[in-house]
Amino acid sequence: MSIDVRKYLQPHKCLTLEERLALVKCRFDDRSHIEVDQSGFRADPDRAVLFICPAQVFKLNETDDSCIVNYEDCLECGACQVARRYTSWRNPRGGYGVTYHYG
Amino acid sequence: MSDERFEVVIVGAGPAGIAAALTLAREGVEVLVLERGDFPGAKNLFGGILYTSVVNELLPEFWDRAPIERHIINRRWVLLDEDTQVALDLKSARFDVPPYNNTFTALRSKWDRWFAEQAEEAGAMIISETNVEELIIEGGRVQGVRTGRDEGDVKADCVILAEGANALIAERAGFRPQMSPRNRVSAVKEVIALPPEIIEDRFHLEGRQGAAIEYFGGAVKGTVGSAFIYTNYDSLSVGVGCMIEEFLRLKMAPYDLLDWFKAHPMVAPLLRGGETVEYATKMIPEDSYSALSDLYEDGLILVGDCAGLVNPSIHHEGTNLAMASGVAAAEAIIEARARNDYSKATLARYRLALEESWVMKDLKRYRDSVHFMLDNRELVSDYPDLAIRLIRRYFTVDDMPKDELLNGLWATIKNEVSFLKAARQMWRARKTML
Ligand SMILES: Cc1cc2nc3c(=O)[nH]c(=O)nc-3n(C[C@H](O)[C@H](O)[C@H](O)COP(=O)(O)OP(=O)(O)OC[C@H]3O[C@@H](n4cnc5c(N)ncnc54)[C@H](O)[C@@H]3O)c2cc1C
Ligand code: SF4
Repeated sequence: MSIDVRKYLQPHKCLTLEERLALVKCRFDDRSHIEVDQSGFRADPDRAVLFICPAQVFKLNETDDSCIVNYEDCLECGACQVARRYTSWRNPRGGYGVTYHYG
Repeated sequence: MSDERFEVVIVGAGPAGIAAALTLAREGVEVLVLERGDFPGAKNLFGGILYTSVVNELLPEFWDRAPIERHIINRRWVLLDEDTQVALDLKSARFDVPPYNNTFTALRSKWDRWFAEQAEEAGAMIISETNVEELIIEGGRVQGVRTGRDEGDVKADCVILAEGANALIAERAGFRPQMSPRNRVSAVKEVIALPPEIIEDRFHLEGRQGAAIEYFGGAVKGTVGSAFIYTNYDSLSVGVGCMIEEFLRLKMAPYDLLDWFKAHPMVAPLLRGGETVEYATKMIPEDSYSALSDLYEDGLILVGDCAGLVNPSIHHEGTNLAMASGVAAAEAIIEARARNDYSKATLARYRLALEESWVMKDLKRYRDSVHFMLDNRELVSDYPDLAIRLIRRYFTVDDMPKDELLNGLWATIKNEVSFLKAARQMWRARKTML
């Protein structure tokens, strides 16, 4: 097989986070495995879960200053709960959640 | 699974759990491994370098049949600032022959699955898609595990917890200290596909040779953390990891740090033309030796990441400690079985064996490294930065007489570094980090 070398001289294309999340195979459960204590979230001056989560699962609902949890995007690292104990995180049920193809 | 009973139940089919299962099954012990992923490895990732001294004892010359990517003949440690790199680079033909210096790149979704198949062949039973929710503790002793399946209790003479870095079961049962931003690294990684020929050309490799490049200092914005590029057969593993406390301090998202690293002028050319095919994230435990719990209870042993067995220094070894602890746990259980006594007193042999081996000797040696770095950030920010500036200046050609050049370098050092403090820090750094 001959390869087109020019193709590999082009800059690496950096994907958006959404594009990256779309690469991961995921089986969604119909119930969330993540809960946020909203008063704890509001009391956090840094709103740390908004940036600490590598999958941006937590978003700010600006109308009522609450935290939205898009648990379907979760990559199951567990960092949110370690960073802020106002999140409570469980493993998704067996057979649900992410499956990595490479790892 | 109601009223099921096994001699040993293992929670988690990562390197630690599988090494234990394989060792137990070979001794004829009835062992069940429960894994929450669709298959062993489905939810796992690492950098990564698979350190294989233990594998080679369990499965001699495994490299002929196992799904490994490349054997590493080139190790490189790199300091970056915004536009310059300084590197320590080792490449050796000695690492190009069996056992390949016990360092291979691997992809966990493939490796863990294969490793688990070897345990199954030896007689271990592995059930996937099964989440263990908690330990069953009765009469002050661990009696089994409760799974998420209907009638999902499984009883056992002894349970091995091998649940990995996000040690929810161990923490909730009070068998390990709380996970915290100061003892957990958050890491993100991309697998970037490239043809093998391009990888070999770009990284100066031949055949199945591989390279492992780790980046420090400005590569991760002067935080306690690192970045990496590892060559797989037809992809690169590219990632960053920092103490969670560091992300919190800088109010920085892990993927932003990764993107920043990938775009660095010294890094971007290595990724040219590569296509991201996976994005993944996981924590790394960096519990200090001093903070470890007992690691054994009545009817229970903790192994691998959930026990906190990762070398937190610049060496970043985890897979080998996980497997060594799995084997040590199995051996302690085999002895307990002979006496039909799985009490804490008998299982203490596990900890003793670890203490006598390189596992705890290394963890002890590096017990202070993480806190030392978090409390002496000069070591990961100012000093690497200064080192780069000095070396760059030394190589800068501008017709300045060399005497003046060297005097200038001295003056920079004297201006910027408090000698006594730096000497003390470097002395301790040598002992805690290298
Ligand atoms: C980004 C990154 C880079 C790394 N780089 C390296 C490296 O280059 N070299 C190196 O040696 N180490 C590296 N490590 C560390 C290494 O990956 C770990 O030390 C090693 O995987 C630990 O093995 P383990 O079996 O203890 O845990 P894991 O590999 O995490 O396995 C735990 C298993 O338990 C399962 N599980 C968890 N909870 C449950 C439950 N409740 N019920 C059922 N199943 C459960 C999980 O799905 C998983 O299969 C890295 C880690 C990361 C995150
Ligand atoms: S576990 Fe990780 S990916 Fe999932 S919500 Fe928490 S931080 Fe985000």
